[in-house]
Amino acid sequence: MATTTRRRSVELPEHPDFLWTARVTPKKVYDVIIIGGGGHGLSTAYYLAKNHGITNIAVLEKGWLAGGNMARNTTVIRSNYLWDESAGIYEHSLKLWENLEEEVGYEMFFSQRGVMSLAHSVSDLRAKARNYHANKINDIDSEWLTPEQVKEIAPIVNINPDVRYPVLGATFQPRGGIAKHDWVAWGYAKAAADMGVDIIQGCEVTGFDIRDGKVHGVKTNLGPIAAQKVGMVAAGHSSVLANLAGFDIPIQSRPLQALVSELLEQVHNTVIMSGMVHVYVSQAHKGELVMGAGTDAFNSYAQRGGFHVIEHQLAAAIELFPIFERAHLLRTWGGIVDISPDASPIIGHTPVENLFINTGWGTGGFKATPASGWTMAHTIATGEPHELNAPFSLNRFVTGHLIDEHGAAGVAH
Amino acid sequence: MLHIPCPYCGPRDETEFHYGAGANIFYPDPASATDEEWSKFVFIRENPKGWHAERWVHSAGCRRWFNVWRNTITHEFGPTYKPFTEQPKRPV
Repeated sequence: MATTTRRRSVELPEHPDFLWTARVTPKKVYDVIIIGGGGHGLSTAYYLAKNHGITNIAVLEKGWLAGGNMARNTTVIRSNYLWDESAGIYEHSLKLWENLEEEVGYEMFFSQRGVMSLAHSVSDLRAKARNYHANKINDIDSEWLTPEQVKEIAPIVNINPDVRYPVLGATFQPRGGIAKHDWVAWGYAKAAADMGVDIIQGCEVTGFDIRDGKVHGVKTNLGPIAAQKVGMVAAGHSSVLANLAGFDIPIQSRPLQALVSELLEQVHNTVIMSGMVHVYVSQAHKGELVMGAGTDAFNSYAQRGGFHVIEHQLAAAIELFPIFERAHLLRTWGGIVDISPDASPIIGHTPVENLFINTGWGTGGFKATPASGWTMAHTIATGEPHELNAPFSLNRFVTGHLIDEHGAAGVAH
Repeated sequence: MLHIPCPYCGPRDETEFHYGAGANIFYPDPASATDEEWSKFVFIRENPKGWHAERWVHSAGCRRWFNVWRNTITHEFGPTYKPFTEQPKRPV
């Protein structure tokens, strides 16, 4: 363990200098190639090794490990989605989270501090009540809160009825919470590498070796690599990869911004989201207020958005949390999210044999990191989707069996 | 914030506009379109890394729709064109 004289936050332990052995040059042949070394790519590799015994795997990352949306999200974890299909996969994910640190043997600061979703109008109340009852039917923990109960759990919320968007009620999932995103990626990477997975950074896929409708490998900036099966787990860049493989996917890539304040005393010990006023807020272990907003309207690959979106989000935050008024904005950033038409992911087959896709998590993929990898690994290993991801096929946009989560996803997906 | 060249009013701030996603999407023949063709029409839109032909409406200005080329990496605008007119070439 490295020694340091820097003053450290009480909650953060030191971690070793090297968690896994970095491989610079890929091997010529692998059983499975995973394109994308973010959270979902790493968890896919981990579960392929752990659940299915496939360890001859390369995870190819064009940038650096977990430097895309895994480094840019607001780490909200919950499973209180509306539809049965979503409840199934997100609740499986939450159950995996609950045991994950122990399983991979690495601290992830998973904190079940609860996630609250505020309602501000009569129609909002009705939608939230519907969601609350749907969660109850699916055995997902969910509570209904009056404004006074909101105030009891989160004293800093303004429940004055005399504001533009008063708090009229809320749903609350006590098992929801947050985790430290980079530690999650490191935990999965270390555990996967320990089982023999190669993690290769700075390796960009530039094409596919497809013959007779079947994938045989990929072309990269480090030369061709052969593989029996290939999984694309590339979030905002999924369309670029799909087009290289010769097919279209119903994905639009948009900027999603987030921000943090300076470090403050702990004042906010839960997660609060409001779809209607477009903001969600938690407070990180170190003390920053972490906030996210909606996406910018237009397609982009630039990893930045407009400042007016941040202004809009902060105006909403200050009305709900008057004590934030004098907090200083420390940093804003953007990531490129993969938006699908029904705000639900796509995990499964592609028109190319042995080429699988995992995309469309849009603004809410972090919470699904474990289940996304779990179901993707099952799909790659067995050639058939797991029952949890079978409804999330690419083909649903032809059959019409959409899983419309725009309501439950809202802004704070 | 984008500075968007409305072909009717000139360049204005992004907050005056609403986005309409990909341009030049044509309605399929309802008598003969297959499920796959309907799916393509309803759900599939180009999502290029680079120049993208897209629609905007100047909702807080002249309230008219128009098409424009925009680069999704640099956010630079290329030529605009009005609906049902010939699409200018993709900028280089």
